[in-house]
Amino acid sequence: MSNVNTCASLDTGNDILILHEIRHALRKLLDDGESTIIDLRAIPMAPGEEARIEAMLGQGELSATLNALGKSTINETAFSGAWLITHYNTEDEILGKFIEISKLPSILASQHEDIEVALEQLTHQLLV
Amino acid sequence: MNSADFLLWVRGTGLQIATVIFVFGVVLRLFEILTLGHKKNLAVTRGSGFKEGFRNILTRSLPRDKNTLRRSMFTIVTGYVLHIGLFVVIFLLAPHISLFEGIFGFGWPSISTPIVDLFAVLTMIALLAILYHRLTNPVLKFLSTKQDYFVWALTFVPLITGYLSYHHLFLNYNWMLGIHILSVELLMIFLPFTKLSHAFTLFIARWYSGSMMGEKGVKS
Amino acid sequence: MSHDETLKESLTRNGVSRRGFLKFCATAASIMALPPSMVPAIAAALESARRPSVIWLSFQECTGCAESLTRSHSPTVEGLIFDAISLDYQHTLQAAAGDAAEEAREEAMKENWGKYILVVDGSIPLGNPGYSTIAGISNLDMLKETAKGAAAIVAVGTCATFGGIPKANPNPTGAVSVSDIIKDKPIVNVSGCPPIPVVITGVLAHFLTFGTIPELDELGRPKVFYGNNIHDRCYRRPFYERGEFAETFDDEGAKKGWCLFKLGCKGPITYNACATAKWNEGTSFPIESGHGCLGCSEPNFWDMGGFYKALSQPAVDVSQTAAYALGAGAVAGLGIAALNRKKKADVATDHQTVTIHDLRRNDPSKTEAEDS
Repeated sequence: MSNVNTCASLDTGNDILILHEIRHALRKLLDDGESTIIDLRAIPMAPGEEARIEAMLGQGELSATLNALGKSTINETAFSGAWLITHYNTEDEILGKFIEISKLPSILASQHEDIEVALEQLTHQLLV
Repeated sequence: MNSADFLLWVRGTGLQIATVIFVFGVVLRLFEILTLGHKKNLAVTRGSGFKEGFRNILTRSLPRDKNTLRRSMFTIVTGYVLHIGLFVVIFLLAPHISLFEGIFGFGWPSISTPIVDLFAVLTMIALLAILYHRLTNPVLKFLSTKQDYFVWALTFVPLITGYLSYHHLFLNYNWMLGIHILSVELLMIFLPFTKLSHAFTLFIARWYSGSMMGEKGVKS
Repeated sequence: MSHDETLKESLTRNGVSRRGFLKFCATAASIMALPPSMVPAIAAALESARRPSVIWLSFQECTGCAESLTRSHSPTVEGLIFDAISLDYQHTLQAAAGDAAEEAREEAMKENWGKYILVVDGSIPLGNPGYSTIAGISNLDMLKETAKGAAAIVAVGTCATFGGIPKANPNPTGAVSVSDIIKDKPIVNVSGCPPIPVVITGVLAHFLTFGTIPELDELGRPKVFYGNNIHDRCYRRPFYERGEFAETFDDEGAKKGWCLFKLGCKGPITYNACATAKWNEGTSFPIESGHGCLGCSEPNFWDMGGFYKALSQPAVDVSQTAAYALGAGAVAGLGIAALNRKKKADVATDHQTVTIHDLRRNDPSKTEAEDS
């Protein structure tokens, strides 16, 4: 439809604001080691704007896929320290989209509770 | 009553009541004035006075005389800002035009909202200056009646509430918009029966005095 | 699954890892419109949360609200939320019917007295209780009875929150909202026709996480979802400011995505999360699809003067009223004119010519001699 194409050029200006927010968060990460998470779905976007933000952020060196309650993709953007996290459900539909500014997104690290379970399982396996 | 009920009432019943009183009042007043007639002029006239009437409407609306301009600079400037501002705000704001379109069946192009917004601010400043002038000038204060302050408020409240509702300030937008519409309805109700009726009688009066002067051969 | 099991236990039993749980919490925070920094607090609360019993009553409704929720495109989260609650009665979804269904409701009420959440969709007819009954029980009686033991009530959809379409003029059934009847329980109004699914689950998630109802606005709606004005959040807002409006649904303006105010958009008076939460897996919302907002989450949205009438236009026919008033004014004006003319004529008739002789006669101080 032609009007969808014309709408794609619309702009709320939120893309630039988000880039500014990321810049401040990177500064904070360097200075205080404090990480930040931005919920992309909480910001009003014109059609095509979310894709434009993603294009502006680009693709960095690292990308990971998590399989827990459906897929999640964790991609470092072209700006080191800024990660784009997308959660999908088991039917590959997007549940949420976040930008996390940290050295390593917390969800990537092995979790304490899961390690406990692993230890238990391995111990059990070796006993058998 | 919640904000939705209130808004619906002012857009419905309230508007009906205000429209009835406004239209009835204006027509009544005009008939009353126009049918009064005047005494037959027994003298020989120096012209029909018809054209001079219109000339008078124009010339009295322009500050041509330098002395008057110098003496009443304040009144003239604030008067112009106020009236031009009111014209722009009432007739050139898109939502207002669509209101007229809804009633008359035709509309006209609107201008950009921030420009109307600027005019609204200038109009309010002019009104505040006029009020200050009225309160501080001893002669004007002496001559002012309660009605003068009342019609000032009737004009000011729709402007300030319109401004606040457009900028989503103070109250929830629905309440503010409802109050804005209600304040305009009050203005409509009182307009025909107060000095504000000059909106309709001013040019008639100017034409009349112009034509009188024309008949007598006086330059208007 | 027992009611005593915590959410964490239930997730662990289902083989959900900690990462999965954190992902769930992140999504739940997003659903509740809470900042991502709240995720650890939500995780801590959800770990020990117990599954609340939910009784869902449907009165004068179209099942659109239940459809909105069950057909929503995030089944995992919805599913998890529904795993996290115990939906004990919903006569559209449950397998049981008739007496068995009503028994389930009574049992759930008895077991969880004072603790269950009551969800209501649909309005309640007061005109005649026979207009809408379930198992021979009138909606009014069932609502009153079930509300008594509820910890909180969630009114889902505009019918339950404000009366909705059944209440639309002339309201043949005498429909009213839940809050018109129940006055002594906390009620969360989740309005919308239908409400955004994540808003429904968001309120349930909030109750599940914090054990309380979220902060409400003056119409009893959760502020996190209904705090924003559609017009303020609309990506077409710049066109409104510039005065660029679509005049019809297929003109150049409409194709360029201009503001839909003149086509009757009720965005300026509507509070909802559509502009940010969007519909169909975040695809779009009505304005993005080229149609003005109907204001479906507001009271009386059906009677706001017409969906395609600009908000600033009168909700009623004023032109005709004005024409009548014009006529009446003219008649009254002519009446006054006649009175005035009569007065003038009377004055002329009563006019008596006074001669110098009359004046002199009335003044005894003056004499003829003096005068001459």
